[in-house]
Amino acid sequence: MATQIIPKRKAAAPRKWFTWDEYTLTIILFLLPSLLLMAVFVVYPILSSFHLSLFEWNGIDPVRTPVGLANWERLLQDDIFWRAFRNNLTVVALSIMFQMPMGMLLAIMMERGGRRFIFRVFKTVYFFPMLMSSVSIGILFKYIYDPSFGIINETLEAIGLEGQSWLGETNLALFAVVAVICWQYTPFYMILFLASLNSVSEDLRDAARIDGAREFQYYWYVALPLVRGTVRTAIILSLIGSLKYFDLIWVMTEGGPNNASELMATYMYKKAFPSFDMGYGSAVASALFIIVMILALSAFYFSRRLETEV
Amino acid sequence: MTLHKLPGQLFGLFLGLVWLLIAGIPFYFMVITGFKGRFELFSGGSVFSFPENPSFENYNDVLTGGTFFQYLGNSVLIVSVSVILILVLSSMASYVFARIPFRFSNVLFGLIIAGLVIPLHVTLIPVYLLTREIGLYDSLWALLGPYVAFNLPLSIFILTEFMRQIPVELEEAARIDGSGPMRTFAQVILPLSTPGLATLAIYNAVILWNEFVFAFVLILSPEYRPLPLAIWEYQGEYSMNIPAIMAVLSLSTLPLIMIYIIGQERVVKGIMAGALK
Repeated sequence: MATQIIPKRKAAAPRKWFTWDEYTLTIILFLLPSLLLMAVFVVYPILSSFHLSLFEWNGIDPVRTPVGLANWERLLQDDIFWRAFRNNLTVVALSIMFQMPMGMLLAIMMERGGRRFIFRVFKTVYFFPMLMSSVSIGILFKYIYDPSFGIINETLEAIGLEGQSWLGETNLALFAVVAVICWQYTPFYMILFLASLNSVSEDLRDAARIDGAREFQYYWYVALPLVRGTVRTAIILSLIGSLKYFDLIWVMTEGGPNNASELMATYMYKKAFPSFDMGYGSAVASALFIIVMILALSAFYFSRRLETEV
Repeated sequence: MTLHKLPGQLFGLFLGLVWLLIAGIPFYFMVITGFKGRFELFSGGSVFSFPENPSFENYNDVLTGGTFFQYLGNSVLIVSVSVILILVLSSMASYVFARIPFRFSNVLFGLIIAGLVIPLHVTLIPVYLLTREIGLYDSLWALLGPYVAFNLPLSIFILTEFMRQIPVELEEAARIDGSGPMRTFAQVILPLSTPGLATLAIYNAVILWNEFVFAFVLILSPEYRPLPLAIWEYQGEYSMNIPAIMAVLSLSTLPLIMIYIIGQERVVKGIMAGALK
């Protein structure tokens, strides 16, 4: 290109400087590594899961026995899988029902508190769970729930209530794990909501105050409707996250006792790896994929009208 | 503060303190128990009480046991290599999506973003088989491909948004001076993207530092394990030595807590990158 000393601003639209070769080369060279990696480790495995679900195979034998849709028929009649599915839905529902209101309440509290010292302490400590791995959290809470040496039972006994074997009872285990999930993620949603509440213009608060609105009325009638887009994002994140749960459950209960806290992901792992039933494991994995896709897309679709700019 | 606001303020403070206890007590339990003697928990004292003879014995045991530093080293190595690769690849791809219009740009971008929703467990069996086939099974490097591939979508998404905000004028100036797209990328766009890259580095490092499933499935030998898998193993090894396990947990959480205390705002921003955009 000829040297131009004085740049003519805006004169050059993208097309004009489009020297085909170098730009095309850049597009290809810059995109190829990412696309290749994703094709190998994301796209191919998904297709391969569906393909493997048509075989009976222990993962080692050179021979895979094609069994048609037998694995899928088995899946449809597999009570444990459907139990895991229901457990997943329970986790989704309880997570959203607890984390969203609690996160919002804490966010409002933090917004009112502003930069005062005690609120800075709150914010710092609240965020700690986000820094721990799910594995560490799972192990920590295993001991917190411990029937003999745990914090929970000791506290309950101190106020005269009876302790429980939280992770050992079929009717308690799932709820005990969901409580930990809420402990782990509520602060995440608090920060998310706080950022979005902060972005609501101060003018609106002043206007509400001049009109005689109380704090509670400001939040209920002015702020919440304005941040509903963020609430939507949060609900979708929580939904997708809850459907993918594995680490925490695996460390705390391994899906037990008696599949009481089994989730689709833990069940899939159990079928594929310890049992070496790769075909059936792949069917479970593919079903997980279909279910997550359907639920995620419907969540996006049905919550469209909540979308806002904030 | 006017009077009618007082009940609300008190309620806020009360709620704040309650959640402070809920969030804080598990950490308190973890840290103080790590300083307790092995049998102190069994001797009937309160689990909340301070250690009778606070000692670093558990920490000492864990640190000199020989394996902890190996696990730590494995984690540091795989996390840093993965994060660097993620940043390099995603910044290259983002530059194309943000700045060079081409025919299938939107379609490809949409496909990559769809990767955000995919549950990684779906890929576990094929990735395991693939890793065995290419001979990487049971080595630290088995994790590299999945670690990078699964974190590319969000990184590309965030960086593309970021690069679109950079004023076009700067690139035009570079172009007029005869700089081609690759040089413009390296000398103009990349330096200007540093804040976005820093946020993403923190986000990806935290995610990968805590990753469990792939490590669990792809690595068999203890010497190649990253930290989260090792913690899980320690639990079996020390089974009933709760203070030692708490020392392990405290030690493995310490690096992130330290980084958090040094750069709080930046870390919060980094971890929230997935949601805050």
